[in-house]
Amino acid sequence: MSGHSFQYARAADVHDARIQASTPGAAYLAGGTDLLQLWKSGAMTPTAVVDISRLPLGDVEFVDGQLSLGALARLSDVAAHPDVRRHHPLIAEAILASASGQIRNMATVGGNLLQRTRCPYFRNEQLACNKRKPGSGCGALSGESRQAALFGTSPSCVATHASDLAVALAALDAEVEVFGAEGARRVSLRDLYRLPGATPEHETNLVPGELITGVRVSNATRFTGRSTYLKIRDRASFEFAVVSVAAALQIENGKILSARLAAGGVAPLPWRLERTEAALTGRALDSQTIAAAAEVAVAHARPLADNGFKVALLRNAVLRVLQTLGSRP
Amino acid sequence: MSPASSIPISLKINGRKHGFSAAVCDTLLDVLREKLGMAGTKKGCDMGACGACTVLAEGRRIKSCLALAASCDGRSITTIEGVGATDKLHLLQAAFIRHDALQCGYCTPGQIMSALALLDEKPADLESIREGMSGNLCRCGAYPNIVAAIAEVAGL
Repeated sequence: MSGHSFQYARAADVHDARIQASTPGAAYLAGGTDLLQLWKSGAMTPTAVVDISRLPLGDVEFVDGQLSLGALARLSDVAAHPDVRRHHPLIAEAILASASGQIRNMATVGGNLLQRTRCPYFRNEQLACNKRKPGSGCGALSGESRQAALFGTSPSCVATHASDLAVALAALDAEVEVFGAEGARRVSLRDLYRLPGATPEHETNLVPGELITGVRVSNATRFTGRSTYLKIRDRASFEFAVVSVAAALQIENGKILSARLAAGGVAPLPWRLERTEAALTGRALDSQTIAAAAEVAVAHARPLADNGFKVALLRNAVLRVLQTLGSRP
Repeated sequence: MSPASSIPISLKINGRKHGFSAAVCDTLLDVLREKLGMAGTKKGCDMGACGACTVLAEGRRIKSCLALAASCDGRSITTIEGVGATDKLHLLQAAFIRHDALQCGYCTPGQIMSALALLDEKPADLESIREGMSGNLCRCGAYPNIVAAIAEVAGL
């Protein structure tokens, strides 16, 4: 046994899951790839693990232009699904840039969205971290900050969210289906997450026991053929993003009708680049527009001692994705 | 189901049924090695990074160090002990030897299990093999030979 012990129970259905997981200290187990690492390293100490992996929430469907991803769909199944590849290649690209073949066979859509932020201070129980131990301080703020965020940080926390899938879904205005005490509700992916503020231990707006049951992407096929995911990392594969950008454009008669861009590795949540979107909308995708759109992407960046290079990296990543999309017929 | 600290588990491993009781915190890796005495599956980082613990669950490669045994109850698992035989190596094992795709050999069971699953995914070229094998580290750095061995079996 690696970490401290916990109780284990298998959820019979979503109601049972919610009730069991509402107890303080309970954690959901789906693919387990994040929870087990955090438990072994002492960053998470669940008293009870509620196994939801057998609930029937694994379907991927594309009906009337709307994509539904079951919360328990495996990442590899989502990326290989014919409708995802045909209509939402951005999602498949982002997933295939994530983790390794083994992990993608285990990790689920819901678990991927809810993975804890990547920060060496959070994942090492010897170090100060307000997220792991509220009030203990943020080690990264004055320490090793190469991985830290550029946007949305607070004096309490500068960690980044590491999901590639969430960046793609943020760009596609995805909605998350949540099941809780009041029944089912839908929230936009952007509202699923919260900024750290003074309470970085709360990463999402879910209440204890609330369960993600699925993700929906509507009306995003207009971007098919004009979307791309660029992930810049320290090695070519099986590594988290230093900076990533998901971009989707709708171009008609030479003009950008709508633009959706989100960045990963630069904020505590998938970071929509709204100023960039505004700088693109209504214009032709020429080099002047691209340069201006890339510049505003980093306008409000607040780098720390070691992560200033991410500012240039993000600017250039936006340049690159827009050039890539512009070069497509 | 009410919470429990120990749980009866049934696994079909390499075609044979195993029933036993395990702590709910045990990983599939620890159960294979410590409880069932199947030490072919290796423990490297125990954190999902190195791939030495790769096994197949329902034919798909996973990292057994990140799988709770309790959560695997009822599943069909293939380990390196279920691949080839001492007198008749699997094609991939023979290719690993032919291409000198190992030095110390500690990562090799995981490499073989991962590559078996990758072959099912039909890699199109050498780059797909490199990318597809990125979840398996080799401390001795036998990567070029590992890729060559897999490429030969894939017919590339």
